[in-house]
Formats: sequence, structure tokens, C-alpha cells
Amino acid sequence: MNRITRRTALTGIGAGLTLALPGLVKAQGAAAHVVVVGGGFGGATAARYLRRYNPGLRITLVEPATQFVTCPFSNLYLGGLRTWESITHGYDAIRSEGIGVVHASAEDIDATARKVTLSDGAVLEYDRLVLSPGIDIRWGALEGYDEAAAELAPHAWKAGPQTQLLKAQLEAMADGGTFVMSITDGAFRCPPGPYERASMVAHYLKTNKPKSKILLLDSKETFSKQGLFRQGWEALYGDMIEWISADNDGKVARVDAGALTVESAFGVTHKADVLNVVPPQKAGWIADRAGVTNETGWVPVNGNTFESAQVGGIYVVGDATIAAPMPKSGFCANAQGKVAAAAITADLAGQEPPPASFVNTCYSLIGPDYGISVAGVYYFDGEKLAEREGSGGVSPLEADEAFRRAEATYGAGWYASISADTWGTV
Amino acid sequence: MTPRHKIPPRRLLPALALALLPAAAFADAPDLADAVLAAPCASCHGPDGRSPGAIPSLSGLSEARLVEKLTAFRDAPPPGTTVMTRHMKGYDDAQIAALARYFSEAGQ
Repeated sequence: MNRITRRTALTGIGAGLTLALPGLVKAQGAAAHVVVVGGGFGGATAARYLRRYNPGLRITLVEPATQFVTCPFSNLYLGGLRTWESITHGYDAIRSEGIGVVHASAEDIDATARKVTLSDGAVLEYDRLVLSPGIDIRWGALEGYDEAAAELAPHAWKAGPQTQLLKAQLEAMADGGTFVMSITDGAFRCPPGPYERASMVAHYLKTNKPKSKILLLDSKETFSKQGLFRQGWEALYGDMIEWISADNDGKVARVDAGALTVESAFGVTHKADVLNVVPPQKAGWIADRAGVTNETGWVPVNGNTFESAQVGGIYVVGDATIAAPMPKSGFCANAQGKVAAAAITADLAGQEPPPASFVNTCYSLIGPDYGISVAGVYYFDGEKLAEREGSGGVSPLEADEAFRRAEATYGAGWYASISADTWGTV
Repeated sequence: MTPRHKIPPRRLLPALALALLPAAAFADAPDLADAVLAAPCASCHGPDGRSPGAIPSLSGLSEARLVEKLTAFRDAPPPGTTVMTRHMKGYDDAQIAALARYFSEAGQ
């Protein structure tokens, strides 16, 4: 195997070993350049772990936002438990590690010439490219739900102005109003997210507008951590939250954002005072430009490296990828960013990639002192990503108050740690 | 035989050219495979196992203590255990040993 030790590196420099180590040849002339597109959980982590594993590497992180707002804990902002500032992260720590941070959008990728064109006109040449493009909304896939509709009935599924709009609408709603959420099926960001959002909206309404109702119209027949959520809803919010599954005509067929109504597949109309639509999704559009998406709109990858299955030299991490059984979560994006960073490190040195290893833990908050979790440990089995047998699963249904309180506390601890790990921020 | 992956020595080249970097600066570079195995732990326990929040740190614990705690979470979880059992059931003894070694040395 390509075992490279300090000793062989030292002797190799004078002994022509560089012939077997193309990465070294390149590094001697000019450091290899890795461009990372997307400064969220996947991309920022990839950039920082590339630096950690390769002090001499040239790394450029491309991210349009100067401040990144996280989807994780944005539901807590809606519930009044978190400030906007506390879920917002800057890039100063990343810059201080010698990573170039460019606040622009990637507009085009030429995988043959290995070039990324930015919105400011700059063209970056890369040796390896990491894409962490997140999700885009499939506008129009749900009848009546386009970009204009989202200004009236926000999705708030990318944290930012949409989240603030939804909070403003909740605050403007009268006591006794109805908050309606339409929930997509298929692959979407953060499987427990809609149900944590319902919980946090319920917390806000119970505290401020206790006569209000929450109606969840679901395109699915089951959902993530379902038993735990329903138990928690009943314990904390009584009958405030009503969930209607697809087999009970919960699937929304069309949206009228102007009227704040939705119509079910069987023609039942529901009127909202605040309407939140979790719409159909796909990989962030730059993935299309790079040619790494397939017919599903998502990105197939080699599960051991997260290199695109379709285009060499491009690594894709996070929600944009097809990585089942791993969910589309910030935690998984962070874990995949590290695996891609290690795989690129090995590749640039002419080595085989190390065996991939991943963990996911998704905490959801049902009330301020009531947390639940789902976890998993994942690896590449030689053909595909798989969950370690016997690992993972959800919090027990029969847990006591102390257990729920501990998981609420650990959820906050997780957010502090992963923020420090991803952006070097608290 | 399991391939071992060292942090590539390319990082050393500028230093070699200058012949300034003391050996200790890279002699303990962690094995890349172990680094990858340990990397997900940071998402909850903080970078290098130093937690900024409510979740216990891993740094500062001895290798033996880490093996003991991680194995217990898997095989005989102490009262109050929440998610760690679900994690550690995904790791065999050799992986636990590697994780313990990694975090006992992390940040030193």
C-alpha cells in the first residue's frame, strides 16, 4: 500500500520518489488549489478539515452570504427560544486559518477545464472542487407555489428572510388563528424539521395566543420520530396540533397563496391565517451546472469519498447528495465534509482514500425542556452507504422527564459544538 | 492487511526547504484513517473533543478511561445515558481503541 511516513517522505525528496507521488510534484511547484462552493455545514467543514489535513494547500471558499444563518435551530427562533444572532455565523475564523473566502455566487462550472466562474466575473481554477450547494425549491412542482407565492406563504426551508417573514406573520396573527403547514413527501431537507417546527410554533402560540390551532397537512403517511412527537405534543400542547396524513387526504394538491388556502387531493379546502409550505426540493442549482445531478434532481456520489459518481474531481456533500440511509441533515453534511476532505487529501498525495465513517444525530425540541433525538452510525460497505448494524435509533418512548430534559440540553450542546466545528464560531 | 493512511507529507515540504520546522511539529501527525473515524465525534463533543457547550469534552481523558467509558456506553450504559449507547453500538473494540488513542492525544 501507499504507506507514506515521514521517513519515506524525507528520503523520497532526493530519491525520485516523487514519480510515485504526483501530489507531491504538484505541491513542490505550486500548492494544489481546492475550491469549495457553499459555506454551510458541508462546505465550511470541508474547507476547515482540508486545512487541518493539509497546512500547505490553497483553499478558496465561495459563499454569497457574509453571514450564514442555520436551518438547525431556526425553528427555535420561530418559537422565541433563540435570537437571530445566535443562529448566525460569520467567516472570520475560517479566514484566519488561511482559507480564502470569496463572497460571490458560483455561476458556472467547467469540469473539463476545471474552472468555476463567479458572479463577480472572477474565474477560479481548481485541482479539486467541493460542492455543498444545499437545496433549491422545485418552484411550480406543487401547483400554485412559485417564488411570488412564497412571499405570501413562506417556505422558510432555507434560513434567512423567509424565516423572518414567517416569524413576523406568526407575531401578527390574532389569537384563535390557524397555522397551516403543507408538508412534501419524497426527499427533502431535515426529515424531522416540519414536526419540530410545529412544536416550536405550538410553544409560541401556547405562550402568546393559546386559542390558536395548528393544522399539519402531510403528503406522507408516517414521519420521522412520529411516536415521540405525538407523545410530546399531547403532553405539552393537548389538542392544539392536528396532523392529517396522506391516507386521510392530507396531501395538498394546490396552493392559493393570495387567499391563504390550500386544496387537498380530494378537493377539501383549508383556510389558514398563516400558511407555511414545505415544498418539493432538489439539489442546489449549481450542481446541475456542474453536471453532477441525475434524473432525480439529486447528486449520486461514491459513498467512500463523496466524489461525484458522474464527474471526476468534483466532490459533493450535504443535502444535495443521494446518501441514504443517511438523512439530509446539517450533522450529516458536516460529517460528509470531513470525509471528502480526507479523500481529497489522500487523492492529492496519490494514496487510496481512508475508510469513510459517519455519524448522525438529529435533536428535535418539542418544548423548552423536552428534547428527542434520532441517531445513526454509517460506513461504506464496498458498494453503498450502510448503517452499522445495531447502532442508532430514536429516543425511547417510555423515557422520563429527566431524559427529555437532558436531550433538550444536549441539543443545545450539539449546536454549540457543531458551530465551533463548522465555522469556528460559538 | 489494513492500509494505513498518514497525513501526506506534502505539508512538510516548505518546512523541509527551510529546514526550520522542529521534528516534534509533525512527528505526531495523526493517522488519517483514525482522524476520519474520530471526526464525527467533534460535531457533538467539539473540535478535538473540546466542547464549548453542555456536552462533555473528550479531551483531557486518558486512553484507558476513554476505552472504559466508550465500552460501557455500548455494553452496560450507566444511568442517565441518552444517545451514546445508540452511537457506541456502531463501534467494535478495535475502533473504540483507536478513538480512545486519538482523543487522549488530541490537542496535545
